[in-house]
Amino acid sequence: MSAPGESGREALNRVWAQPRGWRYFSEVNNTAVGLWYLAAGLGFFAVAGVLALLMRLQLAWPWMGFLGPEAYNQVFTMHGTIMMVVFAVPIMEAVAVYVLPQMLGVRDLPFPRLSSYGFWCYLLGGLLLLSSFLFGPVPNGGWFMYTPLSGPEYTPGLNTDFWLLGLTFIEISAVAACIELIVGIMKTRAPGMSLDRMPILGWAFLTVAVMILFAFPPLLLGDVLLEAERVLDWPFFDAGRGGDPLLWQHLFWFFGHPEVYIIFLPGAAMVSTILPTFCGRPLVGHQWVVVATIATGILSFGLWVHHMFAAGIPLLSLSLFSAASMAVAIPSGIQVFAWLATLWGARPRWDTPFLFVIGFLVIFVIGGLTGVMVASVPFDWQVTDTHFVVAHFHYVLIGGAIFPLFGALTYWFPLPSGRLMDETVGKWSFWLMFVGFNVTFFPLHVLGLLGMPRRVYTYPGGLGWEWLNLTATIGAFVLGAGVAVFFANLAWSWKRGRPAGHDPWKAGTLEWAGPTPLTDSGGASVPRVRSLHPLWDQPAEMAAAARGEALMCRPTTHGRETLRVSAVSAEPQQVIQVSGPGWSQVAAAAATAVMFGAGTFHLWGVAAAGGVVTLALLTRWAWHSDRQPPMARVDIGQGIVVPTYAADHSSHAWWAAVVAVLFDGAAYLALLSAYVFLWLVNPVWPPPPWEGRIALGDILAGGGMLAVAAVLAHAGAGLHRRGRHWALPAGLGGAVAVAVAVAWTGLSTLTAADLGPTRHAFPATVWVMALYTLVHLGVATLLALLVLARQAAGLVTPVRRMTVMMTVLAWDFAAFTGLASMAMLVLWPATGGGGGICTW
Amino acid sequence: MLQSALRTATPQAESLAGLWWLMLGLSVAVFAVVMALLAAGLLMPRRPPPGERVIMVGVGVTVVVLGGLLVHSTLVGARVAAGTDGDPLRVEVVGRQWWWEVRYPQDGAVLANEIRLPAGRPVEIALISGDVIHSFWVPGLAGKMDLVPGHPNLLRITPAEPGVFRGQCGEYCGTQHALMAFMVVVQPPADFARWLVGQGEPAAEPADGLAARGRALFLSSGCGACHTVRGTAADGRVGPDLTHVGSRLTIGAGILPQNVGTLGGWIANSQAIKPGNAMPVFDQFSGGELRAIATWLAGLE
Repeated sequence: MSAPGESGREALNRVWAQPRGWRYFSEVNNTAVGLWYLAAGLGFFAVAGVLALLMRLQLAWPWMGFLGPEAYNQVFTMHGTIMMVVFAVPIMEAVAVYVLPQMLGVRDLPFPRLSSYGFWCYLLGGLLLLSSFLFGPVPNGGWFMYTPLSGPEYTPGLNTDFWLLGLTFIEISAVAACIELIVGIMKTRAPGMSLDRMPILGWAFLTVAVMILFAFPPLLLGDVLLEAERVLDWPFFDAGRGGDPLLWQHLFWFFGHPEVYIIFLPGAAMVSTILPTFCGRPLVGHQWVVVATIATGILSFGLWVHHMFAAGIPLLSLSLFSAASMAVAIPSGIQVFAWLATLWGARPRWDTPFLFVIGFLVIFVIGGLTGVMVASVPFDWQVTDTHFVVAHFHYVLIGGAIFPLFGALTYWFPLPSGRLMDETVGKWSFWLMFVGFNVTFFPLHVLGLLGMPRRVYTYPGGLGWEWLNLTATIGAFVLGAGVAVFFANLAWSWKRGRPAGHDPWKAGTLEWAGPTPLTDSGGASVPRVRSLHPLWDQPAEMAAAARGEALMCRPTTHGRETLRVSAVSAEPQQVIQVSGPGWSQVAAAAATAVMFGAGTFHLWGVAAAGGVVTLALLTRWAWHSDRQPPMARVDIGQGIVVPTYAADHSSHAWWAAVVAVLFDGAAYLALLSAYVFLWLVNPVWPPPPWEGRIALGDILAGGGMLAVAAVLAHAGAGLHRRGRHWALPAGLGGAVAVAVAVAWTGLSTLTAADLGPTRHAFPATVWVMALYTLVHLGVATLLALLVLARQAAGLVTPVRRMTVMMTVLAWDFAAFTGLASMAMLVLWPATGGGGGICTW
Repeated sequence: MLQSALRTATPQAESLAGLWWLMLGLSVAVFAVVMALLAAGLLMPRRPPPGERVIMVGVGVTVVVLGGLLVHSTLVGARVAAGTDGDPLRVEVVGRQWWWEVRYPQDGAVLANEIRLPAGRPVEIALISGDVIHSFWVPGLAGKMDLVPGHPNLLRITPAEPGVFRGQCGEYCGTQHALMAFMVVVQPPADFARWLVGQGEPAAEPADGLAARGRALFLSSGCGACHTVRGTAADGRVGPDLTHVGSRLTIGAGILPQNVGTLGGWIANSQAIKPGNAMPVFDQFSGGELRAIATWLAGLE
């Protein structure tokens, strides 16, 4: 309730006020969570950077005894894993969480508690991975964890388990970010910011989020299969029992290659943000850069096999991946030319962020050129797995992501701190990093051509490698010094930097519309946007908005709120009331940590307890979601009246559910692909013991029951919407009953078919498909029970029915994937020459 | 430069090196142009930006260059993979943690960490994994080819001239991936034929009393549980076949020169030289005993 006599701005400040003291960590707002995310990411970066220096010391000269083989292998595994999975992707998500809502002109992301949960999972997951240094079994199979080396026979210790469970835990944050970014970018922007007025950074993060949506599920599936092979002896990757080590490589690189572009595209977008600001003019070819960003995202899914050019795959297939790998240089080229055209005769200001942009251009062009080289199949046969490739991808990743990131950190530093980073120190950090980087990594190209492989803890003298290695080691310490100077500048300038004032760089985008530092509410009002660069093109309107004279200048639903708009034209559709501070997401992340931590040590009882507590906390969280403010419609200013609640297909919550289902569906597609892959590599599929083991009638009956369950859920929800309150318990209750029956008959059929999963990859894969359906029926059942409980408590009505829509979606998905699995089992082997698993 | 990809001795590796020099030239040219545009753009007096058409020009040039390169690279790849015509010599290489077993199936010869090939004749190397994934790489002769469990691969090369080349495992394969090297010796065909006949024969009788004592110690100390010496009772299959170990250039998978001293040191404490390798420490032998065993082994030519 607003206090009497309280102004709009005072009310905004009250509802958005960040808690003080230790309660600060119950905050969920993007400006707080984004900062923690950035700080944690930089912390992990520092750890992985120190690991890199240890490696360079060991390689400084032949036969160094600084690190032994085992220690070196652990160090390079953790360096790669932390840099790629615990630093690079999360820090880009962190930038998005922190700066995107402000840039899009809204006050928060649509699901603040979800991003906070994602952050805590990320932090605890990263610490779980790092804790292997305390316990001893540090992951040592390389960041790519190739089987069978990482499997139970050749790595019997917990090393691989730390990696698999730590990564899976961290991926929760990627799922959260993916939902948050897609829905946030598509549904929560300032009014008038139609897609053609959306900054490149928004496009890049939208592309990245969609890439996460399709790239991460195959890795998650791989993690699950490898952990099952390690713990349960299910032989997915064991060539002796129908499995295939190459299956892991396909699953890993289907994730691993897009991952590189998930890191690079935000970096490039930071350049496309900073460069026009310092040139004082719009980016030349804005639309072309948008198209290039999206094209890069699409092409990045056609490149994964270029990590397997030497694996013995037929040359014709390799040529296709080679072509795609070269083609990805075209959208990168578009961006480079757009940047060159923008700075053509612009007489830019040479502040530190711009220096990092120019450093990026020089380094990235070299990395792109060597990228074209390694896209050539025959040349890659020589240089793959050598220091040439180490040089190439550090040019791409440090050049393409770290330099833009450090430029962006300098650029946006005034938003949280209200201050500028020191210019002189900033220039020192840039030059140390630029020189150190090139001295480190340029010689590695030559080393690779002279025959030095990667991932070697030492090497003999006399092969011409000594001086190049020593040079690289010296360069690494110069680079490290540059990073240290940058960190010191961050720390010093936070309290003592020069005050930045309003819009210190004369930028054109909305995050600079208000004062620095940002206020807790993220702006006194939400402006109407009419341009790609509102601060350049509509300065009077922006100044008025900063004074609180535009939209949403008071909390009309008495809570924290943000604006939902139509996806394309950004017309206001709804005021969304978003979460405020609380501890449930922290508690849920802690319980999740217990589940993954105990699972790492194979303490299954404790892990299960952690899982149950997590589920309980998530249920409690879900109980309080789907809020419906008492006032049905509110006036947000300038005569615009919008609803405060909606349960339809334009709703942000529905979008989120669809994104989650797409993620799950991508995991399911990966599973089907794994099944087909194993079928292709096995001469007979299913192998003779399992031919004709299941009666076709049993499968048809199971499929029919799944369809009935989904129809019941639909019917119940549909009738409930028309006011028949009894229909919801009848429909969902019926669906649950059918699900129990399906589970029971399915399990008995599979048991009777003698599908011993340790005997061969075929029964193991069939079991995974069956368990996938069982788990999803379980989730759908839990959701149904939750909805019925909410209905009993009066929290679900024919209007307030978003949770009903989501539950029906879960039933649809469970039934659809279950039917697809059955069709696969029945149809696919029958066409493959073998007899199939069914008796007809 | 024993291991350089730019010091080549097969038409296959030469094609790859040629591709490198071509791409290097193109890249230097592109880099120079882009940097010149960057410098000019930054330094020139203030002027309005060019239109979007310049982006299209840049992209057009990129597409043409990349398209040409792709066609050329694909043709080179097909040519290299096809090998050369002729009656090939077949060699089998089995990668194990962390050494290479080398077999000449037609001649019954088995050795380790050394491959000898005749100059001028096509060779087919069958690549088989004995445990995890390895990658066979002799930069002077060919690009990498992986050894994947369940997926035997075939590498075709034609060594042109005699010479010695060093190779090394290219795919990370565990603790001692770094020290899993080997030597390839390309010989005149007549020398090679003589060598191959010798490798197929059983081990020679000890030349003197010291060597005879060494053989007795070798056989009585359990060495034969892991190593084979054809012509004796030693028939283990865990470690390298030592029947003609004295004819090899190196021991320990390409990391030490082969002589009495290094053999003795390796037997006494290979774990200090190559930590984690499968051979136990034999510190029970006296110096004299070590010398006897090493002398016998070094004499097995």
